Amino acid sequence: MAMQFYASPEQIMRDRSELARKGIARGRSTVVLSYAGGVLFVAENLSSALHKVSEIYDRIGFAAVGRYNEFENLRRAGVRMADLNGLSYDRRDVTGLALANSYAQILGAIFTEQSKPFEVEICVAEVGATPDDDSLYRNTYDGSVTDEPGRMAMGGQAEAISGVLKSNHRPDMSLGEAVKVAVQALSSVGGEGGAARTIAANQLEVAVLDRNRVGRTFRRITGAALTSLLDGDADGGAVEGDRAQTPSTPTEEAHKPTTSAGSADLEDKPGDKSDS
Amino acid sequence: MFTNAGTSSFTAFLSKAAPELLPGRRALPPGMAADMAPHATTIVAIAAAGGVVMAGDRRATMGNLIAQRDIEKVHPADAYSLVGIAGTAGVGIELMRLFQVELEHYEKIEGAMLSLDGKANRLASMIRGNLGAAMQGLAVIPLFAGFDLATSDPARAGRIFSFDVTGGPYEETGYDAIGSGSLFAKSALKKRYRAGLTVEDAVRLAVEALYDAADDDTATGGPDLTRRIYPVVMTATAEGTHRLTDAETSVIAESVVAGRMENPGG
Repeated sequence: MAMQFYASPEQIMRDRSELARKGIARGRSTVVLSYAGGVLFVAENLSSALHKVSEIYDRIGFAAVGRYNEFENLRRAGVRMADLNGLSYDRRDVTGLALANSYAQILGAIFTEQSKPFEVEICVAEVGATPDDDSLYRNTYDGSVTDEPGRMAMGGQAEAISGVLKSNHRPDMSLGEAVKVAVQALSSVGGEGGAARTIAANQLEVAVLDRNRVGRTFRRITGAALTSLLDGDADGGAVEGDRAQTPSTPTEEAHKPTTSAGSADLEDKPGDKSDS
Repeated sequence: MFTNAGTSSFTAFLSKAAPELLPGRRALPPGMAADMAPHATTIVAIAAAGGVVMAGDRRATMGNLIAQRDIEKVHPADAYSLVGIAGTAGVGIELMRLFQVELEHYEKIEGAMLSLDGKANRLASMIRGNLGAAMQGLAVIPLFAGFDLATSDPARAGRIFSFDVTGGPYEETGYDAIGSGSLFAKSALKKRYRAGLTVEDAVRLAVEALYDAADDDTATGGPDLTRRIYPVVMTATAEGTHRLTDAETSVIAESVVAGRMENPGG
């Protein structure tokens, strides 16, 4: 029988965190933000069939990055929980907070009990009556949940993306402006030598929770509607030009998007990678 | 439980997660229970050119009493289909809500809507699940109609399905009615229905048929002009489902009543 080496719980958690963060950082990013007419989801996604952004309930949407099979599993769980609560009580009693809490429990249990954590980061977004009433919850791989201030970025190079997002985002933007800000943030990284690049419309998955609709507010924006949003305005070209010249170095940002609050003290510091 | 790969069906999920929420799973004491709960009565559906119309009266009865004057028995099942309920009102409303969630759940999980036949089959199996209660007098019979997005010919896109207590479904041609007044409503429709009606004409015909049902069936309520309670009329067309406003149905109902002042037989 093979000898079992002792590994401290701290070491195990650190290894799992590292695995999850590496997996998440490999993927393409997703941006969620509030605008005047609702909540906007923009994901960089080469597939038009495997969604990163979906509907959960009337006023609740879901966005994810990481491994598809893992977040798809969580998405289905979310739809089941929401539909079960909505049937048992009332449609108004299904809230984003309850769902974010359930996700935190599921992800936390998987992180501590399973040999491999889920390599996912998810956003539960609920649209309110005004942009101030919108809630965006970030659920990370280790079960921590944070309430985000009207905008968030997840996935590879999320820090740089949310830096650009923070400097350009306003809650009173129109849909067209919001899409441009989101695409500008997503394309600010990943070019040659860390420079900005251009993302084509067919590489984007865009959806909104429409504040002014009653009942199911989620709708996808695809095809011609998306193309006209991306380059409909006359200043579209100017933004494009600015984007290429803007250095992609992130602006000052206090919080680290892919670092969870719960495991901050377990994260690897540069140069302190211990051998196991 | 929530994260099992599992099924896209909400009722199949409920049977594992919360079986007590499924109407057919409850143990009932022996004996007939038909008189203990209000009954919902007449629903008619008519296929028209470019869609389908469904209308229901507003009465629920309990024996010789009127249990409710303004019950709503016709509801949207999803964006393109309608469901009307006759029989035990409480079980019917529960079943209808469950069916709405079932369709929405499938659509969200799979990212695509069920076909119209798929929806009808799903409803049939839910009715079949209630067979035990139905045999003790708590039967529910729905009427299901919708706009079939897969049909190329818009004249044939409006389709109607009926059911019995053991399930079904049975596709109907042109029109159908369920509930205690259905005999009279169908007789009226048999004489007046013509294939290729416009949706507006079908709406008028549905209200006429409900008037005829109320004329001869005590459990069916006619248009209540004094209390301003009119039939619920809904349409399903390529634009989706639509419920006529009270203002619209009041105009139609008052014109039908005015017509019967001249000729009580219609």
